[in-house]
Amino acid sequence: MYKQLNQKAWFLVLPVVALVAFNAIIPLMTVVNYSVQETFGDNVFVWAGVQWFEQILHSGRFHDALLRQILFTALVLFVEVPLGLIVALAMPRKGPWVSVCLVTMALPLLIPWNVVGAMWNIFALPDIGLMGKGLNNLGIDFNYTRQPFSAWFTVVLMDVWHWTSLVVLLCYAGLVSIPNDYYQAAKIDGASAWSVFRFIQLPKLRRVLTIAILLRFMDSFMIYTEVIVLTGGGPGNSTTFLSIDLVKTALGQFDLGPAAAMSLIYFLIILLLSWLFYTLMTRNEAQ
Amino acid sequence: MAKITLDQLRHSYMPNPQRPDDWALKEMSQELRDGGAYALLGPSGCGKTTLLNLISGLLRPSHGRILFDGKDITEATPEQRNIAQVFQFPVIYDTMTVYDNLAFPLRNRGVPAAEVDKRVREVGAMLDLGHMLNKRASGLTADGKQKISLGRGLVRSDVNVIMFDEPLTVIDPHLKWILRSKLKELHHRIKRTMIYVTHDQTEALTFADQVVVMNNGEVVQVGTPIELFERPAHTFVGHFIGSPGMNVLPCSLDGGRVGFLGQPVDTTGSVSLANGSGKFELGVRPEFTHFESSGIPVEIVKAADVGRFRIVETRHGEHRIRLLVPEGQAMPSGTAHVRFDPKHTHVYRDGWLVN
Amino acid sequence: MTLELRHVAKSVAGNVHIHETNLTLEEGTFNVLLGTTLSGKTTLMQLMAGLDKPSSGEIWFRGQNVTGIAVQKRNVSMVYQQFINYPHLTVYENIASPLRVIGVEDAKIKERVGKVAELLRLAPMLQRKPAELSGGQQQRTAIARALVKDSDIILLDEPLANLDYKLREELRDELPRLFADRHCIVAYATTEPIEALLFGGNTATLHEGRVTQFGPTAAIYRQPNDLTSAQVFSDPPINTAPVTKANGRIQLDDGTNWPTPASVANAPDGQYMLAIRAHHITPFPQNGGTVMVEGRVLVAELSGSESVLHFDRGGRTWISQSHGVHPYEVGGTAKLYVDVGRSFLFGPDGQLVGGHA
Repeated sequence: MYKQLNQKAWFLVLPVVALVAFNAIIPLMTVVNYSVQETFGDNVFVWAGVQWFEQILHSGRFHDALLRQILFTALVLFVEVPLGLIVALAMPRKGPWVSVCLVTMALPLLIPWNVVGAMWNIFALPDIGLMGKGLNNLGIDFNYTRQPFSAWFTVVLMDVWHWTSLVVLLCYAGLVSIPNDYYQAAKIDGASAWSVFRFIQLPKLRRVLTIAILLRFMDSFMIYTEVIVLTGGGPGNSTTFLSIDLVKTALGQFDLGPAAAMSLIYFLIILLLSWLFYTLMTRNEAQ
Repeated sequence: MAKITLDQLRHSYMPNPQRPDDWALKEMSQELRDGGAYALLGPSGCGKTTLLNLISGLLRPSHGRILFDGKDITEATPEQRNIAQVFQFPVIYDTMTVYDNLAFPLRNRGVPAAEVDKRVREVGAMLDLGHMLNKRASGLTADGKQKISLGRGLVRSDVNVIMFDEPLTVIDPHLKWILRSKLKELHHRIKRTMIYVTHDQTEALTFADQVVVMNNGEVVQVGTPIELFERPAHTFVGHFIGSPGMNVLPCSLDGGRVGFLGQPVDTTGSVSLANGSGKFELGVRPEFTHFESSGIPVEIVKAADVGRFRIVETRHGEHRIRLLVPEGQAMPSGTAHVRFDPKHTHVYRDGWLVN
Repeated sequence: MTLELRHVAKSVAGNVHIHETNLTLEEGTFNVLLGTTLSGKTTLMQLMAGLDKPSSGEIWFRGQNVTGIAVQKRNVSMVYQQFINYPHLTVYENIASPLRVIGVEDAKIKERVGKVAELLRLAPMLQRKPAELSGGQQQRTAIARALVKDSDIILLDEPLANLDYKLREELRDELPRLFADRHCIVAYATTEPIEALLFGGNTATLHEGRVTQFGPTAAIYRQPNDLTSAQVFSDPPINTAPVTKANGRIQLDDGTNWPTPASVANAPDGQYMLAIRAHHITPFPQNGGTVMVEGRVLVAELSGSESVLHFDRGGRTWISQSHGVHPYEVGGTAKLYVDVGRSFLFGPDGQLVGGHA
């Protein structure tokens, strides 16, 4: 459609621009400001240049948090994307059960994130939680407040429970849009269910999967609320992911400079990895 | 290769059909001989696609049986029936090359690689795809993709029948000619039973040896293109086949002779006096209506020049009579007289051909 | 009131969709844009409507420069291939919608909708929703909606392509009558030459983004300017063969020759491209300069009323279309008669040298 249709539209957008500026751009600029200065309290600021950036980038603690974060995101993607796809494939495309399935899938997404954390906190308690007690009864020594492995297990399981539905719904939408003729032709060609998946469904789901993976990557990389409520970052710092570490630095230790530098580095990492992911996935499509 | 027998076949999409309208396909029995070229012709909603899907096994009939070479395959799945189908919109596997697309049905059935290669190259040559076997299938034009769809059916040597569901819908007119003649040539070469569903009478008549004309779920007439053209069994067939369709005019019976608005008209066959009840009409194709110096007086309303001939629309009172006047032949203007060729003027009672 | 396209061209991302075009459409005319898919018909229509802006050139309407003025400000209606109707409104409301947008009073709306519904035989269906109608009826609703506005320009983009063959015939019959008494400019895009011939009016032949010829339909059909226009305006495809003109005769590559027809007598001797339509090649001699050619039969298509023969002549596939049923043996040789008096001769540059079909 037309580009230069209506210059008046810009005026309508002005309030939103103001809001965004106030809520996002100005705070961002504040962060940038803090990241290059050192403060001694009482609003005294001294130019620090790239000191904080260097400090963070060389910090062992930051590296650990980054590694934990990468591991977590990888695990989450590895489980949620295939699982979501499988569930979407299993869902009926026609008939009375469609709405039931869709609503069931949507439910986990509607729960406030801190409630999710709280739910799993109790669910996994080794003495009174259904899962925690149950696992212990089975003979498995499970205590997520003490054991890093159990903590990771619980955190990953919680995220899978919470967010797989998103992948399911996206993939389902993609599957439903494939015309029936393709399935009929495959039947006639004698294709196995696996062939149908590989040659018809997967290619047609490429775009949807790209979006699903990208969304899950970004969100899981920024995860905070559920984990903080569930484990607080512990035991020790075994589940201290990047955002948790950042908050500890900024609010716990009130080191504004390093915290600001860290958030900028954090932001740039996400930006870079997202861009890489996206380019890789869409380059395949263009071929 | 198989002779296909349809035995008292009926189908409804509803669980509990009550009225005749609830049946998408009304009862029919038909035999399609082995190696024949058949067309199922009719307007949208006439049941031709339903019939096609019943034969291919994508639908299970509500009633009746389907037999291939005498064997009851009503309960068999499409793979078990050994059929191939070309759909309206090209269905290809985007991620594969043309070669892999053609090889797919054979590989799924465990055919050895050497045999696969031979068949794929053979079919590729037949369809003029030989030079693009290694190209990605998604890069081809619509007619190329349809050829691939067709090719997937041809590679299998065990195919009993190849079905076409309005395959030329998305193809340009120029390419339609080429693809149509290719299908005809293919049928002539490989002599497998082919069933072609369409609403385009030109496609049906040029492709098929036998055309099954359908309307409202019913089979109206089965015949060769010539039979359908020269002796339509129903006014619907007369109207649907031929462009433009047959002129259908009310007529009266008067002492054994057929008359159009008082004027006697010669027709094929004789009409017995005893069959006096019902609505009588006479049907004559524009190809067999001519301008003469005397006859039914008409007023010329419009003449459209389509190159080969002119489609002339005339009126007699409130009745419309059309003629086809070949190129180069002189034509009157204003008012004129028309006559119908007696050998091609038929009488219909309540729509059906009399005698 | 005329619509003028002055030096209009359109390119998208480096690809030329429309080459520089000059076109003038007059009031009260029915103009067919004829060409294959991707020849630029839809792009050209969108430029005419104001749905898209040309990369270069201007569009003038009623003596005013309307380039850059959005479609909402122009008085334009459009009918698409996919019957586009508002699914949640009744047929009556669908047809009334453009009038409601410009604020016509209810009484007037009722009158105008009634008239158009009558014209398109939709009167009994006014209270139904589009989903309950057949394809033909849905498309008629879309056409009614386009007509009720009484626009200056009505554009129809292959509106009959999604309809059954017979339904197409019926609507083709009705359409010219609908526009007969109006003063609007009608542009109709199609891939089928027969539609252009049936509508009459003017035709513009399009090929790969270029308007190769524009003028009264019958004139273009019988005297195409160039080979491309002749090819676009032929169904079945026009038959071609290289010929040599020398010593007052025209000769095919296999030696068959005939006296030069009067229409090309003044052309210089040399190489030309002969073009002849399928229905001027028949299994029996006709009056007027017929020449016999032989060919190997490839495919014989016999419909009840006509015979179409595809045969190989000198390495090219020729098509013959004739009345009646003439059976042929596939693979055998056929003798066919060419009415050379109706052939065209095109020069090496593709331009028409002579001939009249």
